[in-house]
Amino acid sequence: MKRRDFLRYTVPAAAATTVIGNIPIRTMGMESPLIRALMDNPTDTDHVLVLVQMNGGNDGLNMVIPIDAYSNYMAARSNVAIPQNKILALAGTSKTGLHPSMTGIQTLFNEGKAAVVQAVGYPNPDFSHFRATDIWMSASDSNQYVNSGWMGRYLDNEYPGFPNGYPNSSMTDPLGIQIGSVTSLTFQGPQVSMGMSISDPVNFYNLINGVQDPAPNSPAGYELTYIRTVARQTQQYADVVKTAALKVTTQSTYPTNNPLADQLKIVARLVKGGLKTRVYMVSIGGFDTHSTQVNQTDTTTGAHASLMKQLSDAIKAFMDDLKFLGVQKRVYGMTFSEFGRRIKSNSSLGTDHGAAAPVILFGEYVAGGVLGNSPTIPGNASVNDNVPMQYDFRSVYASILSSWFCVDNTTLQTVMLKNFQSLPIVKANSCNSTIPDLQDKLLIKNSPNPFTSSTMITFKTDGGHTSIMIIDTLGRMIATLVDQDYTGPGQYSVIFNAEKFAAGVYYARLQNGATQQVRAMLKVK
Amino acid sequence: MDRREFVTARKKTAQSRTYETNETARTFSGLTPYNGTWTSNEVIHLLKRTMFGSTPDDITYFLGLGMNQSVDTLLTVSATPPAPPVKNYNNTNIPTSDPDYNIPIGQTWVTINTTDADGQRRNSLKAWWMGLMINQERNIREKMTLFWHNHFSTETNDLGRMIWAYNYNALCRKNVLGNFKQFVREMTLDAAMLRYLNGYLNINTAPDENYARELQELFTLGKENDPNYTEDDVKKAARVLTGWKINGTTNTYSFTAGQHDTTSKQFSSFYNNTIITGRSGATAGDLELTDLINMIFSKSTEVSRFIVKKLYRYFVYYKIDSATEANVITPLAQLLVSNNWEIKPVLSALLKSEHFFDVVNQGCYIKSPVDLVVSVCREFTIVFPNATDYVNAYNMWSFMQSYAALLQQNIGDPPNVAGWAAFYQAPQFHETWINADTYPRRNLFTDTMIGTGYTRNGQKIVIDPVAFTKKLSNPSDPNILMNDALRILFRIDISTASKTALKNQILLSNQAQDYYWTNAWAAYISNPSAANYQVVYTRLRDLYKYLMDLAEYQLS
Repeated sequence: MKRRDFLRYTVPAAAATTVIGNIPIRTMGMESPLIRALMDNPTDTDHVLVLVQMNGGNDGLNMVIPIDAYSNYMAARSNVAIPQNKILALAGTSKTGLHPSMTGIQTLFNEGKAAVVQAVGYPNPDFSHFRATDIWMSASDSNQYVNSGWMGRYLDNEYPGFPNGYPNSSMTDPLGIQIGSVTSLTFQGPQVSMGMSISDPVNFYNLINGVQDPAPNSPAGYELTYIRTVARQTQQYADVVKTAALKVTTQSTYPTNNPLADQLKIVARLVKGGLKTRVYMVSIGGFDTHSTQVNQTDTTTGAHASLMKQLSDAIKAFMDDLKFLGVQKRVYGMTFSEFGRRIKSNSSLGTDHGAAAPVILFGEYVAGGVLGNSPTIPGNASVNDNVPMQYDFRSVYASILSSWFCVDNTTLQTVMLKNFQSLPIVKANSCNSTIPDLQDKLLIKNSPNPFTSSTMITFKTDGGHTSIMIIDTLGRMIATLVDQDYTGPGQYSVIFNAEKFAAGVYYARLQNGATQQVRAMLKVK
Repeated sequence: MDRREFVTARKKTAQSRTYETNETARTFSGLTPYNGTWTSNEVIHLLKRTMFGSTPDDITYFLGLGMNQSVDTLLTVSATPPAPPVKNYNNTNIPTSDPDYNIPIGQTWVTINTTDADGQRRNSLKAWWMGLMINQERNIREKMTLFWHNHFSTETNDLGRMIWAYNYNALCRKNVLGNFKQFVREMTLDAAMLRYLNGYLNINTAPDENYARELQELFTLGKENDPNYTEDDVKKAARVLTGWKINGTTNTYSFTAGQHDTTSKQFSSFYNNTIITGRSGATAGDLELTDLINMIFSKSTEVSRFIVKKLYRYFVYYKIDSATEANVITPLAQLLVSNNWEIKPVLSALLKSEHFFDVVNQGCYIKSPVDLVVSVCREFTIVFPNATDYVNAYNMWSFMQSYAALLQQNIGDPPNVAGWAAFYQAPQFHETWINADTYPRRNLFTDTMIGTGYTRNGQKIVIDPVAFTKKLSNPSDPNILMNDALRILFRIDISTASKTALKNQILLSNQAQDYYWTNAWAAYISNPSAANYQVVYTRLRDLYKYLMDLAEYQLS
């Protein structure tokens, strides 16, 4: 098993929408091996998703500026507003433009390789960094507490039982990678984290553990070194990552003094190096600009301007590098932040926590343009006014999963916990799917799925103490179906009667000794 | 200054050596009583070595006692044994004719023989033992019970009857701080040992050398001496030991005079050509055994050094260089002899010494699997079912015991009569606990206990990171929180930069201002709603999980 956290990122098979329409494939029956394979196994796709996290709450109003509401915009935040003549124009629209620092993204937009989704948020937004970040990562409602991340759930569905049995011949690589030291909630599956952290893909010293101090010169340090050596040796994924990284000897130019660029450079390297890893997460901080967001004498400069430049330059360099390396068709990216900022600025030359904000998408297969209208800004904005949402962030996630990773409807609902509107943010026919190999890795399955009142769960045990618990998305155990000792290995079935439970996603968790595996089940009305 | 500088500075009047520059001695400190400062650092070091982990409450308690009283307290063990294991299993697979059948759940099985229930009893015994460790008193008893089990190894899988396994365990526990020479005698006649090393098959017409060999090689003298006992000594000792049997009804030893070798046995020059006079009759076995043990223990230098080295490696560090040999092993061995083989004065001298508290001997001990598993339970005060809820309590202790077994330390069943390799196998010693298979499993254990925990029969055991954090001195300050937690969990300092990185990335979710954590904690304390709880819970869970996944956490 893998010691470090690994991102479990999986792409279920089948272009369900084009082939089957709205009918979930499962209801067509489990008999056909083809159907079974399509439902239960990951697609062999080379598509990659890059998530760019901006920590602190990015001031979306100064990133994507409403030219068509400029006077209200200026009235609300004159001390931080960007002068109209400095706003970067976007081809095909005169209603909105970009912060002056974002020349890189402007170029991409004008080439049709970047897009903007306006006012992305969710109902009843939370203004706490911690809570809001958890919401964006878990894709929960604002009054829901979900212990897993959207990517983690997705990977858990695709690679059941992880980390037991991984890596294996059909998936030799980490399921997802976070550049940095600590994997985030985004990658947390229903049981374990699916993400792997990497700070430097070639230097083992940092690979295992971004936070690693030199061992002291003492017996304790001596033993510590021994343990770290063993850790390194068991880190099979580390070898795989290092091998991939070493295959890439040249990349194009990235800006210096740009931590985001440093991270994206690693991502490009690993994509080109041939890792089958499908999702990467990078992040930068410093967006919590409560004060001195801008320089008083020139609002196009200052803290936020530097961050916008960093973001834009890094993404542009990344896109150029992907093209240089010949892998540009494989990558799709999105930015996100836990919230936007207040419409009305404060008197410290800054802005306070807000609500909805734009998301920037980038990649060859981005369906370009601006989706949505400029944010509504009241003529006489008060300190309490916030940008209302036009799109739910979970629609963005869901659209990427279904259009870029070809996720079928049923799986999509179990991952996203609900149905969400599909947005046209990925170019049509971007899904490619091939028939995968059958895998016999599933220790627990259920049928039918989705179901309306009850479903039969079939499971395998090695013998010994075995339990199956039903867990809801909040992590609460709502039923125990099995809790007993088996004298030897075998396969058994048990019925889960969910009549008294609400429609939604439930996890059947199998525990047998050290083995755990989770099955996402969907009850529909 | 940090503790390393402090100790080195204090010792500058004596010697000044660093670990790196002198290969023959990592330190010259010896048995001079430690009179340095008594801070949480020293307390935690002492507790992690003599108990299983150092809980916040225990740290506070011993800090208040001072060094001497702390060691005295740790070496004070009640003569009253703990209640024996009980029947925690049901009668499935036990026929009604078996005597165990009628034992009610919650009543002990150690007094009633069985034919069919030994499988269940084995699990029961191991779970009970694990429970004693998890619920240990503020003394060294359970650490020493495990020491003696490793020293006088037996394997329950070879015993057939778990009452013997229980009695053997109780014998080890009774003798934790007793008289070693007397203990050897009692162990020789212990039913489990008679069974395990074939003592009960050792008869005059067909002597069996198994116990005679291990008695000398593993239990008293060791193999290092030059010269040493000979093969012929083994044969002669076997003949001395003929005639002992196990009484299947009383589960104790008995003696069959007719199967005892009554000839005189002459030993080698190693033993000064001692002759043990052959006896006959009912007392023959006893008298010759006394002679044998006296003869072995007359090699007092060899025996004392052997057992002292074992104790040293168990409590301090496996490397015994020439300085440690001269300054610690030799005087401790002499102390054992001059105290007529009483263990307690030896441990007292060792645990109160400058050498024990020497900074080079801190943090260098790789936790054994039992150490790791039990200390996680204790340091985080995992809530187990009430001890009187026998079925559930034993289930949970059994889970912990199985996990330690998975990590390669199955209490009651060491790999062989030599005990666990980590305690004797040069050159790696305790490094053998850590390999490509066991190390990931250690992380899986801590990840599981801080994540989903373990649920069985509707009961759940799991680490509560918020409850643990509440015991710290000032959880609302994230820097103090980190330092307090690290002081308990790690025996190696990590840099300020690393602490800051962890604080920022985990407690502050990548914000840069401490007040985000302070506010979140304050919100939870003033209103422990589900929402407020979730915010602090997830961050603390991720922090402790990360810390336990680092190599530093494996050291004690």
